[in-house]
Amino acid sequence: MARWTPERWRKLRVKTGFSIYYVIFLAFIYGPMFAMFILSFQGRRGGTSFPMRGWSLYWWNKLLEPSTVGDMQGALGRSLILALMVMVITALFSTMLAMAFRKAFRFSNVLFYTVLTGLMVPGVLLSLGMAILMRQLGLSPAWYSSGLAVHVIWALPFGYLVMMAVFNRFDARLEEAARDMGADEWTVFKEITLPLITPGVVAAGLFGFTLSYDEFARTTLLAGADNTLPLDINASMTQRIRPTLFALGTASTIFSLLMISVFLGIYTILYRRSR
Amino acid sequence: MSNASEHHHTGLIGSQPRPDGSARSKISYAEEGFATAWLIAPASLWLILFLVIPLVSIVVFSFWENTPQGLNPAFSLEFYGEYFYTKGFFDPDSDRFLLPSVFIRTLGSTVYFTLVTMLLCLIVGYPIAYFLAMQVQAFKWQLALFLLCMVPFWTSYLIRAVAWLPMLGRRGLINQALLGMGIVDKPVSFLFYSEFGYTMALVQIYVVLGIGPIFFSLAKINKDILEAATDMGATPFQIFREIIGPMSLPGVAIGMIFIFVMIMGEFATAVVVYGGKTSTAGTVILNYYGIANYPFAAVNALMLMLAMVIGIIVILRVVDIRKEL
Repeated sequence: MARWTPERWRKLRVKTGFSIYYVIFLAFIYGPMFAMFILSFQGRRGGTSFPMRGWSLYWWNKLLEPSTVGDMQGALGRSLILALMVMVITALFSTMLAMAFRKAFRFSNVLFYTVLTGLMVPGVLLSLGMAILMRQLGLSPAWYSSGLAVHVIWALPFGYLVMMAVFNRFDARLEEAARDMGADEWTVFKEITLPLITPGVVAAGLFGFTLSYDEFARTTLLAGADNTLPLDINASMTQRIRPTLFALGTASTIFSLLMISVFLGIYTILYRRSR
Repeated sequence: MSNASEHHHTGLIGSQPRPDGSARSKISYAEEGFATAWLIAPASLWLILFLVIPLVSIVVFSFWENTPQGLNPAFSLEFYGEYFYTKGFFDPDSDRFLLPSVFIRTLGSTVYFTLVTMLLCLIVGYPIAYFLAMQVQAFKWQLALFLLCMVPFWTSYLIRAVAWLPMLGRRGLINQALLGMGIVDKPVSFLFYSEFGYTMALVQIYVVLGIGPIFFSLAKINKDILEAATDMGATPFQIFREIIGPMSLPGVAIGMIFIFVMIMGEFATAVVVYGGKTSTAGTVILNYYGIANYPFAAVNALMLMLAMVIGIIVILRVVDIRKEL
């Protein structure tokens, strides 16, 4: 049994202090959301603040009625399809880019900074540029064309940085060995490289999916006639705020959390397998 | 403490054993691997079409003329003049002249809010990153507690903004608590639809972007150095000032850049939590797009971009990001 020296007491006190601060911090970032979760079960006569006037699923039922907040189900479907498309393209592009950056090539600096520009440019700017340009060219924006285009620009830097980190600690000798034994490039990629980088590819895809699913600023001017889910949420916010919005927020958050857990699950399985 | 060397972090993504120097060097034989041109072609094309061209077109359109029939190619400085001269500068009714125009002032207040929020995010977030990297010993717990902080980043920020209503609203939890404790006798209104509520919401939404990079740069610090410093009699404050602080600076810079660019272009939170009472540079752009004054929206966008580039350059003077990857 170690002795409780003053030094150990001091360390324990510091650690306890930081732990308490961490818990307060969690309350700060999760607290408002929890309040919203609870209020979504507000009674029929209740409002958007405490106290609760009974408990009910009234506002949740309102959410499912088609007419109340626009075309909810349709918006959800569009957001999902868009997020899946962005996920696939982001995972693919970031893997290809990171593989290219393993070799030195001309203008690699330009490409590097261009990819990162997608992260730096505010959504409203890119939205504006695309919208005016398309108007001048006589094209009409739609969530699956112009929306998809800018969502990929936004998600690509995240996926790219993930894949750069993966290849930074990648052991190229494994590929060398396969080449020395006469494997062609496709075989090397399929049998050696891909199995080793799959967890990274999944992580890049996760960024693509969640960033697109929640994206609002970049879609504002570019979604065309049909709304995505964040646009729908925004539209219902400009009306009088009612507990329906809290139910919608809760549902959307739970869905995001579900997606993250699914991805984390897949990631963990692949991570174990790639060892 | 003797097992400090075991705490080398393989990172969140990598699983392979750490290769030695020769293996880490880039493949030098051009014929090995897929051809670079094919690997970068699709993404480059996408970036040119949907990032470079739209941004360049903002510059071009800002000089065009706006006619009832639509935009006309021209080289007109009319909208730049409007941006800089409207309601200000040589205002005859005011004894002060050279007053900045309303648009410059909007941009200024956007920068001001951004800086305040950045500072608050740093103050709130740094101890969290420090706690995760320095106080939590097991890598498994570090990862779990870090992910717990990051989860809100993957949820809708519109929802997170509106979730402040039950807390800060006139009849929100904080007002009820204040009333209940008898601190105030009627609800205070400065909480929501106010600078206070706006800043709170911004910090809550964006603080995680600062924690991530700071955590990563803190986790890279070799614990042996800290132990050596302790053994040589350095106080915790000295250790922080001489070792931890400087070594976490790259993470701080990257986190601040993230938060800076996010909040400069922010407009949705301003509308939801601030009730549209004030404008940010982002809302001004959207308003002028809404009334079909595209060149003026473009001028506003350019000025926002200019302010952001200046800000990023200032932050980058502190650190070269590319070295840190």
